[in-house]
Amino acid sequence: MPKMVLMQGDEAAALGAIRAGCRFYAGYPITPASEIAEVMSRELPKVGGVFIQMEDEIASAAAIIGASLAGVKSMTATSGPGFSLMQEAIGYAVMTETPTVFVNVMRGGPSTGLPTKPSQGDIMQARWGTHGDHAIIALYPSSVQEIYKYIITAFNLAEKYRTPVVFLMDETLGHMRENFIMPSEREVFIYNRLREEQIKEEEVFLPYETEEYAEPTPQPLVEMGKARFHVSGLIHDEAGFPMANPDIADRLVRRLVEKIRLHADEISIYDEYMTEDAEVLIIAYGITARSAMRAVKIARNDRIKVGLFRPITIWPVPRTRLKELLSRVNSVIIAEMNLGQYAHEVLSLTKNDVRVKLVNKVNGELITPQEILDAVTELQSGIVGYY
Amino acid sequence: MKTKQLLKYLRIDRWPTVWCPGCGNGIILKAFLEAVDQLKLKKDRIAVVSGIGCSSRATGYLDFNTMHTLHGRAIAFATGVKLARPEFKVIVMGGDGDLASIGGNHFIHACRRNIDLTVIVFNNMIYGMTGGQYSPTTPEEEYASTAPYGHIEKPFDIVKLALSAGATYVARATVYHYNLLVRYIKEAIEHKGVSVVDVISNCHTYFGRYNGMPEPYQMLEYFKTNSVTLQKAQTMSEEELEGKIVIGQFRKEEKPCYMDCYRELQKKAQGR
Ligand SMILES: Cc1ncc(C[n+]2csc(CCOP(=O)(O)OP(=O)(O)O)c2C)c(N)n1
Ligand code: SF4
Repeated sequence: MPKMVLMQGDEAAALGAIRAGCRFYAGYPITPASEIAEVMSRELPKVGGVFIQMEDEIASAAAIIGASLAGVKSMTATSGPGFSLMQEAIGYAVMTETPTVFVNVMRGGPSTGLPTKPSQGDIMQARWGTHGDHAIIALYPSSVQEIYKYIITAFNLAEKYRTPVVFLMDETLGHMRENFIMPSEREVFIYNRLREEQIKEEEVFLPYETEEYAEPTPQPLVEMGKARFHVSGLIHDEAGFPMANPDIADRLVRRLVEKIRLHADEISIYDEYMTEDAEVLIIAYGITARSAMRAVKIARNDRIKVGLFRPITIWPVPRTRLKELLSRVNSVIIAEMNLGQYAHEVLSLTKNDVRVKLVNKVNGELITPQEILDAVTELQSGIVGYY
Repeated sequence: MKTKQLLKYLRIDRWPTVWCPGCGNGIILKAFLEAVDQLKLKKDRIAVVSGIGCSSRATGYLDFNTMHTLHGRAIAFATGVKLARPEFKVIVMGGDGDLASIGGNHFIHACRRNIDLTVIVFNNMIYGMTGGQYSPTTPEEEYASTAPYGHIEKPFDIVKLALSAGATYVARATVYHYNLLVRYIKEAIEHKGVSVVDVISNCHTYFGRYNGMPEPYQMLEYFKTNSVTLQKAQTMSEEELEGKIVIGQFRKEEKPCYMDCYRELQKKAQGR
């Protein structure tokens, strides 16, 4: 019997994570992500996992990386100010290739901003928040059901690509309640960590070995124990030992970027609605995509050929499909609750004669279907120029 | 003890170390290995976590599960390791800057939680790695690269800090008092709950050079002549203790550690 459940977005993030095998959570309270910690503190001990409220977000980020390296799938959740504090540790997870999930339930910024209002202001921070060249995976669902589903994906991607994964939400998604059908055992795939018994006694485990494994997919991480590996945030060789050699540095930094870039198509998740014959393409993600969906339906009633492209992997950008769609339409609307952070990426993929209209909002209110429809109308009447 | 006997705990192919000849870090590392050897611990069940600094480079040379993490954050990383794998002996190593300045918050909270970690502070009273800037344990009036007119701040006493934050094992030795050091580190590792060993060490390259003791032996002489035992210190006045290093075991107390309490909590959550 399919089981219907009613859940809050934050709750779905916590329960989905546990379903994915998360058994360690460290966090620090912050609106609008605190409910994730509260659910974790209640649910993790039931399944033999550990919850801890750390002294700050820096400690939380460090603790989940430590727990993950030790062999336990781990997660933290926060919002803008806390996400800023976590950036150094996210870079460490990138460098040490430690599977971890960082949930950021976005609220208005900059600084303390609008703690109780939604925003999509951390799109670029998710990509470039930590210093140095690196790649990242970031997912952003649009409903409570998707939060549950894709946080499991986030854990799987983290394991497979040995990378931190940023899981973006927003205040509205985090706090809204929706019902959905709980996926069955068969519908859920879980990527498990290698246990120490699985490596042979005589095998020397090199955490960053690349030769034997089809480059540039990293070899899976094994839990701490028999392997006795070393990890460091310094540039390191295949054994994880610090090395300042230019060739090693060059190879490592490029590999960290390439392992994600070369698999972008495989990693990319997106959704489309009425794009086949679309002349106007709306691009929106997260909560905004729901307004965009409504706008498409209304416009289609008026026989305007509008379609929606909704990236779910915000990073890496689903470039291949997006480029194809952009080459077929004459106009594009990018709607986001920031001042054009994703538009920047999208527009780098457009041909010159595409007409562009941006719908941006940073006042803590959601973008309405009407505001997107207004943009459609403006494009139709030729008010906007070329990009 | 014969050094040779301890080589099995080292990633010997990674030597020599990055440390200056005569640096106290080597003495602390040896004392740690001797303690591990005496305790007959399994290499596979030891995790050593360090921050960033000269002292924190120690982890790279040790053949255990080792993590060289971020400046100041070793205790937070180690907290994750310990809670994920409670069967591991988890040891934290770091400098005074690492553990008492940028990592000071994690230090006091780990003490408060009584989490089962052993924290070894390589306390050389200065920032070695970055070139001799003053640290939170640099004594007043001493010189550092950022204290060219003499230091005006009051230093932290790591032992008092640990005691007041709730650490359940606290001891101090200097690198001159090697045997004592081995004993304290051994007891600290055996201890259940948070244990802190404050090791006064020599950075002759910076602290020594700025303060008239450029040779390692001069600093060791200084530690020898200025150390007093806890027993002796208890008979001395404030003025007499001025500038002295009090060595000894300050606390050893059995209390449930964090993971013991969490196991009880898990039982409650599971309705057992
Ligand atoms: C966030 C951050 N800030 C600053 C530094 C630079 N830094 C590296 S080591 C260090 C201090 C080293 O002193 P200490 O921790 O006492 O260790 P020692 O080198 O004396 O062993 C500093 C400030 C850094 N690596 N990261
Ligand atoms: S600079 Fe000081 S702390 Fe660093 S290795 Fe040299 S003597 Fe040791």
